[in-house]
Amino acid sequence: MHFTGFTLMPYRPLDMEARHKERSAWVVLPNSLYDPVKGADEYESHISLLTRAEDLGFDAIAVNEHHQTAYGIMPAPNLIASALIQRTKRVKIAVLGRALPLTNNPLFIAEEMAMLDNMSRGRMIAGFVRGIGTEYHSTGTNPVFSHERFHEAHDLIVQAWTRSGPFEFEGEHYNFKYVNCWPRPYQQPRPPIWIPSQGSSETVKWAADPSRKYQFLVTFSSTELVTRYLTAYRNQCTEFGYECSGDQLGWAVPVYVADTDEKAKEEAGKAIETLFGDYLPNPWEMLLPPGYTSMSSMKQTMKLRSSLGKVRPTADMLIASGTALIGSAKTVRQKISEMVDRTGVNSLVTMLQFGTLSDELTKRNMDMFASEVMPHFKK
Amino acid sequence: MAPPITRHKVRDLDVRMMRAGAGAPLLFLHSAGGLPVWTPFFDKLAAQYDVIIPEHPGFGDTATPDWIRNIGDMAMYYLDFLDGLGIGKVHLVGHSLGGWTAAELATRNCTQILDLTLIAPAGLRVKGAPSGDNFIWSAEESVRNMFHNQKIAEAILAMTPSDEDNDRALANRFMAARLGWEPRWLNPALARWLHRISVPTQVIWGANDKLLPSVYADAWKAGVPDVRVEIIPECGHAVTADKGDACAATILSFLARS
Repeated sequence: MHFTGFTLMPYRPLDMEARHKERSAWVVLPNSLYDPVKGADEYESHISLLTRAEDLGFDAIAVNEHHQTAYGIMPAPNLIASALIQRTKRVKIAVLGRALPLTNNPLFIAEEMAMLDNMSRGRMIAGFVRGIGTEYHSTGTNPVFSHERFHEAHDLIVQAWTRSGPFEFEGEHYNFKYVNCWPRPYQQPRPPIWIPSQGSSETVKWAADPSRKYQFLVTFSSTELVTRYLTAYRNQCTEFGYECSGDQLGWAVPVYVADTDEKAKEEAGKAIETLFGDYLPNPWEMLLPPGYTSMSSMKQTMKLRSSLGKVRPTADMLIASGTALIGSAKTVRQKISEMVDRTGVNSLVTMLQFGTLSDELTKRNMDMFASEVMPHFKK
Repeated sequence: MAPPITRHKVRDLDVRMMRAGAGAPLLFLHSAGGLPVWTPFFDKLAAQYDVIIPEHPGFGDTATPDWIRNIGDMAMYYLDFLDGLGIGKVHLVGHSLGGWTAAELATRNCTQILDLTLIAPAGLRVKGAPSGDNFIWSAEESVRNMFHNQKIAEAILAMTPSDEDNDRALANRFMAARLGWEPRWLNPALARWLHRISVPTQVIWGANDKLLPSVYADAWKAGVPDVRVEIIPECGHAVTADKGDACAATILSFLARS
């Protein structure tokens, strides 16, 4: 199994009382709540924690992109990736992912990833996403054209990496007389591409297409949904006439390991509740701007959300649904094994720091995971 | 009483319309809220005019053609619409998004319109007076922020919408975003071409508009050659409902000016 260590880089010193005076930790949360001195410490902490994963034997470390939020202070993930390249030697570095529709010049994304790939001598993994709904508020991008822009930007970037330039790109949203990416990527023909997703059927079909075969990485979902989406992807591959490789299947999940289930919950319970109860929640007007998803899936989501109400998820709920793997090494091993048996998933993206989880507990968590869980899945 | 829904075809698009009254034709282009509820405001117009209210493409039950992607397409579409209807020159009235569409149409071609009435139109802005964000408001805020008279808002909030109503509202929201999300409710080029509006124009605004501040009327006054501005006191963005009588009277006196 391929193991990736990942953090969202949350701004942990957040004043939660002040945060809950606002409707969200995104878009409208005043940046006066950001303290640059504490924030500078946060950057150093998160970068150090990620760097540590190399010594512990992880295959990859990962960063991602979010804008105007305390949920993650990485609007420019390539900057962090660049720092990680300088502090590591062997480990792969995944940018999971760049939010393609939010930019007006996807060539910059192609160029920067190609630079990073050269600087790391081929250690980069590229991820492409659409950004979450709130980011259409905070960037102004029209959500109605999100899918169009995603596909067009993707085509442009992949062509910029793989076709010899200069060539002309003729799109609806993006038009370039000269596409000529200097430098070319170090990895030929291009870095691997992963697609983090919450399981939309359109994305499954697109990522599994024989011309792409991108790793489909299911994020933030219950055991039941992860199983359903990975199975859907596998079935889609079969429908396309080829057998799905386990390396095409990824599962991104918060993980916490301690000596016993009780101790794990005691140490990580509050932190996981802050992730899902303080950093992540958004009113639907912010999370689902019109056109961000199709009308039919928006109707489904709205129905689901109104029936669920606005319950703050407890650690028990998140553990029971499998949305977070929190427990003893034995428990966590077992849950991963079960998912492997059910789906054949071969890429696990572990979020070992989440919510307000401290450096100290994160380090212990990483050590336990690396010594008592990971080896079990390495032949 | 609301007239029955009739149909009109524009290219491959089947358009729903409300039509009532007799007299010179008056084409009313609705706001981003969708095909309006038929209120006494419309009865007053229909008492003197042949009032035609088409549902915009993409709104309510009318399909979204892939050939309408922005406000310029909407303006060209309504020129097609008028050609196809074949009723000669019309009094063109538009509210909010509809006002913006009407103005864009008029900058392109005024040959089919007698005059132009813009009620709290989108399309222009005054820097330093930001518009409200109807896309981030909650459902309740969206209703409350439309009206100065909160009794109307409360009556609306007290109603339970049907599944059909909800579906139409969602379609309205999608099409509104397509046309007005970015740049938000404006076309920077429009201000450069207002001089092409060659018909008498009236701009009506609610003094207490929380979506598009009434100071935006100044931008229209500065750019449209033959224009008069009426500000209705104690009135929000939903002018035709919030101050229906005053709005109808203002329109009728303008249309009867000659």
